[in-house]
Amino acid sequence: MTAYVSIEGVARRFGPTTIFQDVWFGIAQGEFVCLVGHSGCGKTTILNILAGLEAPDNGAVIVDAEAITGPSLDRAVVFQGHALMPWLTAAGNVAFAISCRHRDWSRAACDAAAREALKRVGLDHAADRKPAELSGGMKQRVGIARALAIHPKMLLMDEPFSALDALTRGALQDEVARLVAESEQTGFMITHDVDEAILLADRILLMSNGPEARIAEVVLNTLPKPRTRANLHHMPGYHALRDHILDFLIARSRAFKADAPPAGWSARTVPEVSPALSAQPLAAE
Amino acid sequence: MSGGVSFWRSAGLSLLILALFLGAWEIAVMPISGGGGAALDPEYAALLGQAAAQGGTTPMPGPSAIGVRLFELLSDPFYVRGPNDQGIGVQVAYSLLRVGAGFGLAAMVAIPLGFVIGMSPLLNAALNPFIQVLRPVSPLAWMPLALYSIKDSAISAVFVIFICSIWPMLLNTAFGVATVRREWLNVARTLEAGRWRTAIRVILPAAAPTIVTGMRISIGIAWLVIVAAEMLVGGTGIGYWVWNQWNNLSIADIVIAILMIGLVGLALDRLLGLGARAVAWRE
Repeated sequence: MTAYVSIEGVARRFGPTTIFQDVWFGIAQGEFVCLVGHSGCGKTTILNILAGLEAPDNGAVIVDAEAITGPSLDRAVVFQGHALMPWLTAAGNVAFAISCRHRDWSRAACDAAAREALKRVGLDHAADRKPAELSGGMKQRVGIARALAIHPKMLLMDEPFSALDALTRGALQDEVARLVAESEQTGFMITHDVDEAILLADRILLMSNGPEARIAEVVLNTLPKPRTRANLHHMPGYHALRDHILDFLIARSRAFKADAPPAGWSARTVPEVSPALSAQPLAAE
Repeated sequence: MSGGVSFWRSAGLSLLILALFLGAWEIAVMPISGGGGAALDPEYAALLGQAAAQGGTTPMPGPSAIGVRLFELLSDPFYVRGPNDQGIGVQVAYSLLRVGAGFGLAAMVAIPLGFVIGMSPLLNAALNPFIQVLRPVSPLAWMPLALYSIKDSAISAVFVIFICSIWPMLLNTAFGVATVRREWLNVARTLEAGRWRTAIRVILPAAAPTIVTGMRISIGIAWLVIVAAEMLVGGTGIGYWVWNQWNNLSIADIVIAILMIGLVGLALDRLLGLGARAVAWRE
């Protein structure tokens, strides 16, 4: 499987501080990848570089065999703070995105498509409300509907659920898992919620602490699909997978040093592990 | 606090204050019986008319006299009997026309220019010194220069309105455009909205409340300035009318003009207040 998106040797510096450098990874078509790491390791910056909103100080992002030079409709972003325009209704926000994708569509066609997109996230009843009249979860649903409505080749999500309460977050996670599975959406998501990563991702990239952050390890999520929050923690291997990621976040993310990397690590070929697979016999006992 | 006060109680108190004020005024200007003015030559009195009959001074009219005069003026506000005798409605209309023309031209220049300044930090920094120097200049200081270079007093008055209303609109538009949320601009960028579409569909509505606030400040200043400008320029307008009535010693008319200026100013502000409400958004 050749990578649809390939991040090649990307680095970002602020003055003398290197936030991260030598970051290499690829995302295949139809694959969903999560990036997990602590605050300050430059996760959001990596997403912005992927989106084309920021330029890297080194390296390049290759999409469809071409280096990107800026943002594109092919890479839709769901922003952390929903970023809805408060003067437009929910349908208006989505319709604005659609009108950017389809310049020749009439206003009515855009509006109809926007309502259809809102229906997919279960918000058809709130289409005519302004963002101020929506709850946090509903706003983020509109944000997701806006991103999906333009049928992007790739969906980029920057901690989309971090501002939501636990119940709303759970419901939305299931919803996104369903939407992504339905449309085989290629996706890249930043999170620091381990369960969220296990639920959604095919591969989980673990990032060491910044500054001088790197992708320290790639965790393959071998748990079977479809996954929901209800069945996830009953799956064999789930706990091993979760413990592995938590161990990394608690201890190894800090211990990782790029100038003295663990054996077998190199920036271009980050070791891949499948903790759920190796633990399966144990769990079966 | 004002949220807890009932409309009827506050309106009642307002009316009470008004009644007390008018009553005190009426009593204060009541003629003192047996006052001066008795020993006048009747021929001299006939010559000088009313003023002489009152002892050579013009008394301050009471609210009742002003009320009568107000009714007189408002019963036929739009008459035109020669250049120096036109109804108060005509005068207010002239002033509104000048304010409208000057303010409209200023908006047509200030809003697009403010947009460009707000979008370009370079232009903002480059033009800032000029704006900062010109902004505090009293608009009337421009009057002689306008009269000299334009040579037409009516257009000069419009120019003065233009120059005084341009600054608040320019600065507010630039500020509103410069402070549009980065995340909304990022949304537009990821949607490949393009410069024009971003300006019209994102930046304009985002900055609209700030722009309208600038317009509201501008029209208030313009209405303040038009009275003074018309006193200087003469000919027509409510400012000229005030000065004309001062020359005629028609104190009642001056009081009525003050009332009219206040009411029209209030109406202009409310009009833009409606505009502000139409473009307001909340998160």
